[in-house]
Amino acid sequence: MPSPLRLIVDNLAIDRGGRRVLEAVGFAVAGGEALVVTGANGAGKSTLLAGLAGLLPLAEGRIGLDGADDPEAPVAEYCHYVGHREALKSALTPRESLAFWRDMLGAGRPGLEPEAALAEFDLAHAVDFPCGYLSAGQRRRASLARILVAPRPIWLLDEPVTALDVASQARFADLMRAHLAGGGLIVAATHAPIGLEAARALHLGQAA
Amino acid sequence: MKALIALFLRELRLAARIGGGGATGVVFFLILVSIAPFALGPDLNLLSRIGPALLWISALLATLIGLDRLFQADAEDGSLDLLFTARTPLELIVVVKCLAHWATTGLPLVLAAPLFGLMLAVEGAGLAGVTATLLVGTPALTFIGAIGAALTASLRRGGLLMAILVLPFTVPVLIFGVAAAAAARGGTVPFWTPFSILCALTLLAAAGAPFAAAAALRHGRD
Repeated sequence: MPSPLRLIVDNLAIDRGGRRVLEAVGFAVAGGEALVVTGANGAGKSTLLAGLAGLLPLAEGRIGLDGADDPEAPVAEYCHYVGHREALKSALTPRESLAFWRDMLGAGRPGLEPEAALAEFDLAHAVDFPCGYLSAGQRRRASLARILVAPRPIWLLDEPVTALDVASQARFADLMRAHLAGGGLIVAATHAPIGLEAARALHLGQAA
Repeated sequence: MKALIALFLRELRLAARIGGGGATGVVFFLILVSIAPFALGPDLNLLSRIGPALLWISALLATLIGLDRLFQADAEDGSLDLLFTARTPLELIVVVKCLAHWATTGLPLVLAAPLFGLMLAVEGAGLAGVTATLLVGTPALTFIGAIGAALTASLRRGGLLMAILVLPFTVPVLIFGVAAAAAARGGTVPFWTPFSILCALTLLAAAGAPFAAAAALRHGRD
């Protein structure tokens, strides 16, 4: 990365179903930093992440990225969005799914091969198993492995460690620290601590 | 380009696997064509006269039957969210998904049409005519249907609503498809007149539907 990235969110407001869910949210995250978003159920954590990923129209405010290679490109193209749903097809194997997402999201930057990414999450034995047969935790790991096959500087993680066992959580915390050390950004919404001690915190209150 | 090829291959794979529904359309086509003679009686002249129309109606319904899943499956499992964050424009993603859907649903219908036409006592020029019209006409059905599929992507049980939305817009395709197929067997209208209009309808659908469907998908993310 030529210059350090900086994700700037200014006075963000998002409506869902005709109701204002998020209002006047502003923060900045620089490369190498992590931001942990906390708040009660319904406080708008998932909405904030989906808004950052460009999945929801913004009612007000602005999301900007300084230091991007292509300033014209939407911020979402620099983001990996890990939501509640795994984006795995039951009929495809993890290897096929990851190969597809590598080609779809990768845009030329070299990432890990699907097998290596799955091995990072201790799923090397399940590469050729249709995803429909995997357990909830295995599906979550296969889904997280997606962010390793197509490198993107911003990770938007919505409850990333749900269903993960303790060993996998530790492994994922290591990967997140490595990503930060490489100049990446993380914005994570979570209830449980996810192993980022140095992370800054953003607490979302109940929307008015 | 690599992304589009990957998407195309993924769609083909999904259609071929268990539960993918790749064969649904052609089986449905076969069912309709094989029960029609039982309902209409063994009058070969009648069957051969209305055969092209029956094939076209069957093809239309067989195309629509699986089309509601075109975007819905991706919307349900979160894949659609990720496709939004891809660098590839959504319009191109829609085009590739439509092409893959046509290759797995429309193309088998076209290939089966000569065989199924024989079951309805359609012969010679009529058989060639109905196959040619299905070949150029079924892509229009897929593209027009994609707009309805995009509008109902986030709805549970959106299939019926999609059919109601889409059917009126497929009527011109049906009219000119059947007209060209009938003209192929002789008559006062030359074959190329309705056939050219059918080609034009397909080109129009292919040019317009990706933008409409992508706009519907963007509007539906809430």
